[in-house]
Parts: sequence; C-alpha cells; structure tokens
Amino acid sequence: MLRIEGLNTHYGASHILQGVDLAVPRGRICAVLGRNGVGKTTTVRSIMGLVPPTSGRVLLDGQDIAGWAPHLVARAGVAYVPEGRLIFPDLSVLENIRVGERKPAKVWTVDRLLALFPSLHERAGNRGWQLSGGEQQMLAIARALVSDPRVVLLDEPSQGLAPLVVRELAGVIRTLCAEGVTILLIEQNMKLAEAVADELHIMVKGRIVYGASPEVFRAEEAEIRGRYLTV
Amino acid sequence: MAGRPLSTRGERLFHCSRTPRCGRPVSSESSAVMDILPFLLVQCLNALSQAALLFFLGVGLTLIFGIMRIVNFAHGTFYMFGAFLGYSAVRVTGSFWAGLVLGPMVAGGIGAAFELGLLRRLYKRDDSAFLMVTFGLTLVLGEIIRLVWGVNALQVEVPDALSGIVFLLDEPFPVYRLFLVASGAIVAVGIWQFLERTRLGLLIRATSQNAEMVHALGVDVNLVRSGIFGIGCGLAALGGVLAAPLLSASLGMAGNAIIDAFVIVIIGGMGSFPGSLLAAILVAFVQVFGTYYFPDFAMAAMYLLMLLVLVVRPGGLLGKEA
Repeated sequence: MLRIEGLNTHYGASHILQGVDLAVPRGRICAVLGRNGVGKTTTVRSIMGLVPPTSGRVLLDGQDIAGWAPHLVARAGVAYVPEGRLIFPDLSVLENIRVGERKPAKVWTVDRLLALFPSLHERAGNRGWQLSGGEQQMLAIARALVSDPRVVLLDEPSQGLAPLVVRELAGVIRTLCAEGVTILLIEQNMKLAEAVADELHIMVKGRIVYGASPEVFRAEEAEIRGRYLTV
Repeated sequence: MAGRPLSTRGERLFHCSRTPRCGRPVSSESSAVMDILPFLLVQCLNALSQAALLFFLGVGLTLIFGIMRIVNFAHGTFYMFGAFLGYSAVRVTGSFWAGLVLGPMVAGGIGAAFELGLLRRLYKRDDSAFLMVTFGLTLVLGEIIRLVWGVNALQVEVPDALSGIVFLLDEPFPVYRLFLVASGAIVAVGIWQFLERTRLGLLIRATSQNAEMVHALGVDVNLVRSGIFGIGCGLAALGGVLAAPLLSASLGMAGNAIIDAFVIVIIGGMGSFPGSLLAAILVAFVQVFGTYYFPDFAMAAMYLLMLLVLVVRPGGLLGKEA
C-alpha cells in the first residue's frame, strides 16, 4: 500500500533522513520506534509533503507521491494525525471534522465517527480548546478518517496522555485495524506500539535499522532495547 | 417621511424643539431631555454611518491579516481605487448600483491576481518583503489612478432614491447616511454568516488558526489565501464606492484610509472579525462626538483610544493576547 524507498530529507545543511526504506502493507499497522530526534516525525512530514524530501520515492499503491504538495498528498488518500494533535482550537468539534471532509464521506461518515467516539458526540458543539488531551487525540483521528483515507499517518498519538487514555487509544487503533484501515504509527511508547502493531520497526539516525513482528521483537526485546532504544 | 422640502427645516426645528408641545405642561428638566434626544439620535446615526465606512475598511485588512499574517499596506489604495471605479461605473452605466457591484468586483479581482502573481512567491521570505511589495503596490496603483482619472477630486452624485432628507424626531437627516448604516449592518451580517455557514468560511477560520494543518487535510490553502486577499480588497473598494458621494473620489483618500484601517485593526484585535466591527463603531463614536465636544482634539481622540486599548489589552479588544 505505502512503500518508502531510499528517502532522504534535509533541514538546511543537516541530513535528517538518510535513506529510509519502509513498507506498510494494506490493512496492517506498522509502528516505527526510536529515540527523540532520529527522524520519525520528519518521515511522516516528508511523506505528507510538509518537508519536501531531497530524494527517494514514496509509493502509494505504486504511484510516486514524493515531493507533492501536502493537499495533493492528502487527496491521493494519505491522512495525517500530527504530533501534538493540532486541533483547530476555536472551531467546534463538528467543524474540526468538517474541515477534513472534502467530499461527503462514504465509509467514515460523521455519524459513524461520532458513534465510534462517544465522547466527541457528547462534546460536538464544544470548541477544540475545551477538550481534554484524549478527546483532542480522538478528534484528530476522526478528522483524518472522515476523508476515507487509504493510509493514516499517526504521529505520537500517546504523547501526554494518561495510561488509562492510552489504553482507550489502543482499543480505537485496533478497531480501525479490524475495519481494514492501514496505519503507519510513530511512537515512543513501546507498550502501545507492541500492543497494536503488526510490524515493529526501529529508526536510528535517519535510517530504519530493524524490523520484525511483535512476537520476534518480544523474544529479542532485551537486546534490541539495549542496542537501539536506551539512551 | 422622505422628500420633505429642506426649507421647512429651521421653522420645524423652532416649533418642535424649543417650545413645549400641545399645551402640556413640561418641566424644564424634561424639556432639556426633549432637546437633547433628537441631537443624540442624529449624532448616533452619523457615528453609525461613519462606522459602516470604517468597518468596510478595517474588516478586509483584519481578515487578510488573520489568514496570511501579513499587513497589506495597499489596503487604503484599494479603498481609493473603489471610489474612482465607482465614479466611472456611474459615468458609464448611469447607475450608482452598478458601481456598487462593479467597483468591488474589479478591485477584488485585481487584489486576487496580485496575490496569485506576486505575493504568493514571497511566503517563505520574512515580513519586510510583504511590506515592501504591498507598499510598492500603493505607489503603482496610486500612479495608475492618477494617470487614468487625473489629479482633481471627482464628485459622485448620490443616486436619486437616496438623495433626500428624512426627519427623525423632527431633526433632518440625509437618507444616504441611513443607507450607509443599513449597508454596514447588511455586510456585517453577510460576512458573519459567510464565515459561519459556508465551506469557504470554515476554511478561512481554520486557516487563520493553523494553515499548515489545513493544507495537510487536503485543502489548497494558496487558493484560500488568494480568495481572502481578493475579498478583503473588494470590501475596501466597496467602502470606497460608498464613501465617494460623501467625500468625492480623490487622490488623498488612500493615506487617511490606511491609517484609519490600521487603527481599527489594532483596536479590534488583529485577525478578529467581530473585533473590527466593534472597533469601527467605537472609533466612529469617538470621532463624531469628539468633533462636536472637543473639536481641537478630535483627531487625537482616535489615537488616544488606540493607546488606551494597547495599554489595557495589547492584543486588541477581541484579539488573541499578543
């Protein structure tokens, strides 16, 4: 579904992504783990076209969308749930969703999303800034889904959320997976990633250095953690 | 009410305002109230008609700032441009109403084209680039206006339907100023409904909060920017067309207008639509009543108001805290 090949991205003189290769198969959840500053967020921002990559390919069902403007990437079927959620603070919950609804949704209609996220249903008229962190995260996911995307980029969804809310979030992500949504999940929270992902990848210094199923990952976890993830 | 001959004015004033009516005993206090009421009404309506013109000026500038985070220095020039376009539209078509439609459309189209052709290339630069380019536009557009229309002030006739006088509490009042009050109210409600109820209005509000996020949600924010720049310039031109019968179209309009527009935007809060409405009304009342009670300080009153607002609420009355 989504395939990244040899992606290089620079911020000015610094070489952030140094040849990222990653494949997210249809209907699967692929998680990318890694320390702060290794290029996880830059990876999704490069896919979205928010930071144009300098070289490499981003293939969406075989079509190379690398370097496209963000709105064209979105229209091609890539939905973006950014780090920090970036809800529109002065728009109501419904208005936030409607910004993402470019044409009437067929699969993820507003009604269905409000049924999936009962807390948003209750707060439909509230402004974005009035929501809790967990509610904002659900809203950011709803705003992405309403475009009926082919693939969803989820950047650090658990950031700043209480453990109970993270558990709820894991349930939501699993529900989406069961509905056939393809997800690229960027996480620092290994528990969440392990709980929901079909594949785990580890990023170090702008490259993907490890990839495995959660079972294999668990068997090798102690060694992997020591080698790639602890500071 | 309309169409009463002006010549009866003094006589009517004398009879109605200065003497108790209908033989009813009226105490001196309430007669003072009777005197002040018509005066207050007329001055308030004057202020509201002034507020309408200021609102047309300020709202476009504040919408543009809210979306694009740039200060459009050429805004006053678009207002002046509107006055001249209105003059020509009236000359060519013979209809003030045609000018009211054509002026803003032409100015708005030129504004949008300017955004598409020039401003768009500068978004990655720093803010001074916008100041330079929009200031350059004031010079170019001002010069084009001088070449096309000449240096003399051009009088625009008030259309017949609006040229009369009405008596309000027996005070005469020009119908045209009432028309200004009404158009201000209609446009304010129109913009409000446009922002609240249309898809483009929603996108404008969202873009003013986080343009990059809107872009990543599949919206071509560059189109939203061109649109809002055109709408803002069109609104300034609408103000110019409406102001022309009062002030006549002249090359001096732009300078005063841009200052008024900045004051409105600063008092109301940069990027706030309701703020621009509130600020226009406040400034107009300060100007009108200031001119009456403290004629020597009338010009300063507006700036004192701005100073006060900046001290108490640096982000403007309804703006985000700066």
